[in-house]
Amino acid sequence: MTAAHNSPRRYSEKPSDVYLFGTCVLDLFDPEAGVSAVQLLEREGIRVHYPQDQTCCGQPAYTSGFPDEARAVAKAQLTLFPGTWPVIVPSGSCAGMMRHHWPRLFADDLTNLPRAESIASRTFELTEFLLNVLHVEWKPSAKQKPETVVLHTSCSARREMNTHVHARALLAKFGDVEVKQQEHEAECCGFGGSFSVKHPEISAAMASDKADALEATGATTLVSADAGCLLNLNGTLEKRGSALRGQHIATYFWNKVKEGA
Amino acid sequence: MNAPITFHENARRVVANPVLRASFRGAMDFLMAKRAAQFPDLDAFEALRTQGEAIRQYSLARLPDLLEQLEANLTRNGIQVHWAETPKEACQIIIDITRKAGGDLVVKGKSMVSEEVELNHALEAAGIGALESDMGEYIVQLAGEKPSHIIMPAIHKTKEEIARLFAEKVPGVAYTDSVDELIQIGRRVLREKFRDTKVGLSGVNVAIAETGTLCLVENEGNGRMCTTVPEVHIAITGIEKVVEKLEHLPPLMALLTRSATGQAITTYFNWISSPRREGELDGPKEVHLVLLDNGRSQMYTDERLRATLQCIRCGACMNHCPVYTRIGGHAYGTTYPGPIGKMVSPHMLGLDATKDLVTASSLCGACGEVCPVKIPIPDILMQLRRQSQGTAGGIQLPAAGSGRRPLQSMAFKLWAGLYARPLLYRIFGFFATRLRGLTPKWQGAWTNSRAPLRPAAQTLHERMRLSTTRD
Ligand code: SF4
Repeated sequence: MTAAHNSPRRYSEKPSDVYLFGTCVLDLFDPEAGVSAVQLLEREGIRVHYPQDQTCCGQPAYTSGFPDEARAVAKAQLTLFPGTWPVIVPSGSCAGMMRHHWPRLFADDLTNLPRAESIASRTFELTEFLLNVLHVEWKPSAKQKPETVVLHTSCSARREMNTHVHARALLAKFGDVEVKQQEHEAECCGFGGSFSVKHPEISAAMASDKADALEATGATTLVSADAGCLLNLNGTLEKRGSALRGQHIATYFWNKVKEGA
Repeated sequence: MNAPITFHENARRVVANPVLRASFRGAMDFLMAKRAAQFPDLDAFEALRTQGEAIRQYSLARLPDLLEQLEANLTRNGIQVHWAETPKEACQIIIDITRKAGGDLVVKGKSMVSEEVELNHALEAAGIGALESDMGEYIVQLAGEKPSHIIMPAIHKTKEEIARLFAEKVPGVAYTDSVDELIQIGRRVLREKFRDTKVGLSGVNVAIAETGTLCLVENEGNGRMCTTVPEVHIAITGIEKVVEKLEHLPPLMALLTRSATGQAITTYFNWISSPRREGELDGPKEVHLVLLDNGRSQMYTDERLRATLQCIRCGACMNHCPVYTRIGGHAYGTTYPGPIGKMVSPHMLGLDATKDLVTASSLCGACGEVCPVKIPIPDILMQLRRQSQGTAGGIQLPAAGSGRRPLQSMAFKLWAGLYARPLLYRIFGFFATRLRGLTPKWQGAWTNSRAPLRPAAQTLHERMRLSTTRD
């Protein structure tokens, strides 16, 4: 973690157009979240561009000790987001990878470094963008049936992108959502990419403690802005036969906003 | 040393034990809360740790010079300086000094570096006894174990276990699980020994180059006894512990004790600046300092890893580590467990022996967030993973690439081949979603504790292409 992390960021005016970087996890496992992100952005009058050639930010290889492979994959994204439009990423750790680690990944590659740096500077995690750039005005839904939600904020999302602050502030906009606080909220859910399969017992212990803590809140809905954590948490919750299931925060927000409209 | 070779097995055993799990969790929660109470103002904490980081970086940038200056000033003060490259050399130096002093027992204050060189073993082999005088270390020694935490060596033991241990191992002691009584028993035993032991040993928290002073913090007073009562005091520490000036000390101490035990200051603060001088009534007649390398030069050489040496051994990274909290210190099989252990052990024991340690992190960043000297621990772990895979480029550590598994390397090659080719990737996505019914129920280690991953009916790529006119 470099000093740049969590340093206050200056936000510009609301743009007319943005790119969506959908992430490989949402692409394959939760496209609904990506579509919801688009709908939330469009509702604010923003045109959303989704370059069809996008794949993955390169994080899995990067964190596993394969920088060449990570670079090869990240490089394939660099030409897809030209200009000055913001790049919106509906997953905290992927946004953190692009914003903080791409410039380091291309530090010795002077041809690609400017592109990596340009995208890094324009990368926003979805909730951050909705809150701090679009200043969304969401109303309590007409139905007014209060519900309890528990928010899981992943590690890189919270430490690199402050997602826990942004997501909480957005949830607070709906008057009818009670956000429950789980024990050890800031603690990792045990995903960690290849960690989850290289050290399955430790990872499972972390995931099951996390699932216990989430269930213990009695919340009816679990939301998170990180795609990787959701795979891990939902897999764990399903295997243990829990009724609780995690939903991507974009999907949750879109459903609420749609209801309220 | 049961060695990190058996890390997986050790970890499996502990996570399957609910009693141990609950006890570690409780202990770490306690330590985290105590630390948090000492840093109520996050901005002030940030300012202080930035200062701590700067001091450590400043010191490391001048390390060779500072070590020379330290040696010159210690020598001027009458403290004898010894250099040890390996644990074996360090032990031999200590054995020689002890023999020369006619000692047959070394009373030890808490010193992780003495654990690192496995001093007690070496002394025993040389026919010299070792007695731990720090309460936690004493308990661990009685039990024939090793410390499981660098600050709280016996944190893995319950009060009842300690009570049984004392009743069993200390002559003439009846079972009691009153903590006060247990401490008094330990104290009595140790006081007797201090009186007639020739050699005392301690660690060092910070060595000050310009004054030639060794600083040692502790809470039990045993450190003061070890360094003042016996005729000979031997201090041992790593070569990275030096700072230039006296004024560098206060910020580091403010960070160390708050981060380690949640104390604004420790009960004892020992300044060791010379042996007994003419006309003084007490203090040791000889003071020695053993400066150990044991892999530290290697950490120094590669700038991408040098921040490892900023460490002031506070243990906060362990207390906040979700992995350490699950498996405890012994599972690591290294002197230093937890995140700090993962960073230093590869240099001490080799990359090959520690390859399972560098991967045993979800890179959650909790350690880096609390580290009082801002060591970017997750970044260093990633760098060590690259060294382990032989992909680091630049300076290669010995045994670089020893963690390489052909299957994993191949998997990442294939992955990159697919994910760097957009068209191929979309075709893959199309088939993965269409054939989702065929997704295997068993997906390796993933499905041990999770339901299988199942692709959605359509990829986001498709939905974006079909539903809109977007580019
Ligand atoms: S790495 Fe940082 S947190 Fe861990 S022991 Fe060293 S100084 Fe303390």
